[in-house]
Amino acid sequence: MSERPIDPISIDVGEVLQRNVTSLYATLVTRPTGRAVRMAIETQLRGAGTLSLSLIDFSEVVIIDFSCADEVVAKLLQQFLDDEARDAFFVFRGVHEPHRDQIEVVLARQGLAAVVESRPGDFELVGVRTEAEARVWGRVEECGTVEPEDVAHLAKEDEDREALNSLSLRGLVFRSPKSGRVHALSRLVSHLL
Amino acid sequence: MDAVVEESGERMLFDARHLRWADPNGMVALLVAGTVAGRAQEGLPRLQLPDSADVSGYLSRMGFHEAAREVFEFDAPQRRASGGLSDVLLEITSVAANADVHAVIDRVQDQAGAILASKLGYPATAVVQFSVILSEVCQNIVEHAEAPGWVAAQAYNWARRLGRFVVVISVMDVGRGFRGSLMDEHSARYGDRWGDTTALEAAFLHGLTRFPDSGRGQGIQQIRRQVRRWDGAITIRSGTARIGQVPEWDDTPPLVDGLAPLPGAQISIILPARVPE
Repeated sequence: MSERPIDPISIDVGEVLQRNVTSLYATLVTRPTGRAVRMAIETQLRGAGTLSLSLIDFSEVVIIDFSCADEVVAKLLQQFLDDEARDAFFVFRGVHEPHRDQIEVVLARQGLAAVVESRPGDFELVGVRTEAEARVWGRVEECGTVEPEDVAHLAKEDEDREALNSLSLRGLVFRSPKSGRVHALSRLVSHLL
Repeated sequence: MDAVVEESGERMLFDARHLRWADPNGMVALLVAGTVAGRAQEGLPRLQLPDSADVSGYLSRMGFHEAAREVFEFDAPQRRASGGLSDVLLEITSVAANADVHAVIDRVQDQAGAILASKLGYPATAVVQFSVILSEVCQNIVEHAEAPGWVAAQAYNWARRLGRFVVVISVMDVGRGFRGSLMDEHSARYGDRWGDTTALEAAFLHGLTRFPDSGRGQGIQQIRRQVRRWDGAITIRSGTARIGQVPEWDDTPPLVDGLAPLPGAQISIILPARVPE
């Protein structure tokens, strides 16, 4: 149970932003800025190998507009979902109420979903998801880690089993290829919070 | 603006001596008109500033004179003492590159929250949505106009028209307009119907953009959504057409064609004070 199948890395978007943009405030606005931040994140992830989990922290970001949300959240997720050579998982931290709408809109537009921490210790699945995905994700989140022998109990119905597979493929839970355990992403990054 | 279009090629004088009032749309439009006139003549057009000390002071508070130096030739106005507390959310600011958008957003952080709360009764967090709107409309200049523009925002009392305070955001550019921006990618599918009206409908109603990227084209859609939440009005004028999303309190027609041609685009947003429940 103490297995940590991935060593997560933490990326402070506010810090990345200050390095890339001369601004008095940590305002994540304009598409080129979003692109620069995304590329800086991708550079950090390049050293993480073929399996990675990243805690992308927006806590210090004052404003994020739709163009930046599209670049830093939607395009980042889409890029790694399309990449068959690498499995990358993401948790977005500090998605406070003022950021939430922008992030939900860009996820919806691309048919994506993401795990976000909206308040300290409070994780949610946002974006496009089925009812079954939301239900099964909630169960995994509640358990933290699901042993292989308990997976059948967690998802008894066909619909729920399909939802669990889908959550895994969409990078919204992590199923360890070694142990078969299913992990809530929030639990895997908990020591970084 | 219409007169400038008609009289291009002649040496222009803009006589504002008897001007009694100008809102952000008027001031920014004056800069656009001066730029258009300047393109068609040698040297800058001449501007005679308002005689009224009140109007001149107001233009000064909005940063009009600084912005106008690049556009007009005019006698330096007399310096007047600052009028104390101001309802200016954003002085007239030139926008030509992404760095300018960052500067705009930085500038509104300090005072916009207080004005939105005190004049419009919006919650403290509204400054974020307000900044997002500003960012997206300014990016429209940088990404689509391919020419410079200006943005300004101010709160004032629409006592007679609405009985409430409003914030007016005005953004104008002297670029290629919506039809020009969308033409290469989208004109073919409209055939003979392609024009300023269809271009505005494509961008404003359907979120079309010249970029093939599916993440693009949501800026105006999301601005419309936020403006609707605040019961505000938004209009875009470009070429000979104007399209808008108008609330119940506004009698502006949602679509007008056959206007005098406007180079570039004008985006006007009006956000009214909340009505106490």
